[in-house]
Amino acid sequence: MNTIELKNIVKTYSAKKNKIAAVDDVSFSVKEGELFGLIGPDGAGKSSIFRILTTLLLADRGSASVMELDVVKDYKEIRKIVGYMPGRFSLYQDLTVEENLEFFATIFNTTIQANYNLIEDIYVQLEPFKNRRAGKLSGGMKQKLALSCALIHKPKVLFLDEPTTGVDPVSRTEFWEMLKRLKEQGISILVSTPYMDEAKLCDRIALIQNGKILEIDTPHNIVNRFANNLYAVRSENMYELLTDLRSFPKTKSCFAFGDKHHLVLNDDNFDLNELKTYLQNQTNLEIKKIEPGIEDCFMSLIAKSNTTPEKLPA
Amino acid sequence: MNNEIVIKTDKLTKKFGDFIAANELTFEIYRGEIFGFLGANGAGKTTAMKMLIGISKPSSGDANIAGFDVYKDTENIKRSIGYMSQKFSLYEDLTVKENITLFGGIYGLNDDEIETKCNELLEKLNLQNDANKLVGSLPLGWKQKLAFSTAIFHTPKIVFLDEPTGGVDPITRRQFWDMIYEAAHNGITVFVTTHYMDEAEYCDRVSIMVDGVIKALDSPAELKKQFNAKSMDDVFLMLARSAKRGD
Repeated sequence: MNTIELKNIVKTYSAKKNKIAAVDDVSFSVKEGELFGLIGPDGAGKSSIFRILTTLLLADRGSASVMELDVVKDYKEIRKIVGYMPGRFSLYQDLTVEENLEFFATIFNTTIQANYNLIEDIYVQLEPFKNRRAGKLSGGMKQKLALSCALIHKPKVLFLDEPTTGVDPVSRTEFWEMLKRLKEQGISILVSTPYMDEAKLCDRIALIQNGKILEIDTPHNIVNRFANNLYAVRSENMYELLTDLRSFPKTKSCFAFGDKHHLVLNDDNFDLNELKTYLQNQTNLEIKKIEPGIEDCFMSLIAKSNTTPEKLPA
Repeated sequence: MNNEIVIKTDKLTKKFGDFIAANELTFEIYRGEIFGFLGANGAGKTTAMKMLIGISKPSSGDANIAGFDVYKDTENIKRSIGYMSQKFSLYEDLTVKENITLFGGIYGLNDDEIETKCNELLEKLNLQNDANKLVGSLPLGWKQKLAFSTAIFHTPKIVFLDEPTGGVDPITRRQFWDMIYEAAHNGITVFVTTHYMDEAEYCDRVSIMVDGVIKALDSPAELKKQFNAKSMDDVFLMLARSAKRGD
């Protein structure tokens, strides 16, 4: 059984004279017990998909279901069995940590005690602050409380819309460890993120840009499909090196990647010595063939699709 | 990059009651340098940045920004710097051109200068045909690039960037860094915070703040050597894991 199913979902918004397709014919499914990632930048359409699946927004076209319940007809049933953590902090700022949790337990006809085991290892970190108002919590703590509230009625499916945006790397790592443990308890999870490095922590991912899905598969398979040879290049002067690499006639693309530049050439049967000669002014030059990451794949897919990141609305 | 110091702090401290948000920060930043200011949520980055841009008075210590004192010359500091953050950058209800004109005026450029520089900027960003569009109608990546250009429109000595690339797609994120490199190359000092650790690698030097204190400050290569780490991500995790407080 598929836990989540979307078929040809379209959602457009009208802004003045323009009609913008936020979600443009999107189809995918999430299997039971899967941790599925929706990976893409702001404005890709991720939040609209979340809101359609959690029955908070009606699609213009297409159909969608959660646990085989239709998002339009069966919305009341769906709301009982899903947990949703929206992108924007949406708990009651004037209630304390404990009051928020109790509130969410009560509206789902349950108690904190009944499902405490599910939230225990998250909530213990919050317990010292249980009498603090939610509005006065730190970013990381708010995020943990929001997750606890989304879990307190023991949902079958968890929807997490950009739970780690603006969160520092330490808290991000901790958050993903929590998700792994929830998955082990049998909860299916749909999570969205703009951070490409989090993609590899998902079972399967959909890469999304401008409302369109560019690719769906396991991170492993997506990386394996990367069509070109990829080289990591570094030297003493990285800024000059980038300019030089970009002006090399056989360069297809070159982007900075941390302490190296990632280079794709037009011709895979190419003699590297030609490049080395071209770059002979660089000191301590190092060129190494490497395996691509999800971010390399995403960038090459963006470049290939017509939906360039640079497109301005007409 | 050269040896002219444009930011100098000495035991710069900010307390809120008993809470020491920023504790004796001491560092120097040079002209044309790209300086990455890293730290976990709540480490005290925003507090420190507010003191440096002259909108929050330090509790103790000294700081000199572009030649001006953070206690006495805050108005001059504001004129010598540019600032952009992901949260606030441009007015969505004004057009591209109106935003540029507004910020040019605030920073004291005259009408002729604004007119000339505005046209240059629009041409450079390839936005000539979009000058009269509302900023709110632009895609996020474009807004961020325009916001950065506006922040350095008056050729400030220093530009402060608070998580400038959050949420933008990976290609636009690189294009944004191309603009940062160019600004630094032209002698503007770039002071930048980010949660993307690959971006820490693009900085000439970075500092890592933990619980209000600067725990490490050096070039990315030196920091990796010092902490025997493969990446800046590892360095950051090693230091920030020891943090005791949240924000």
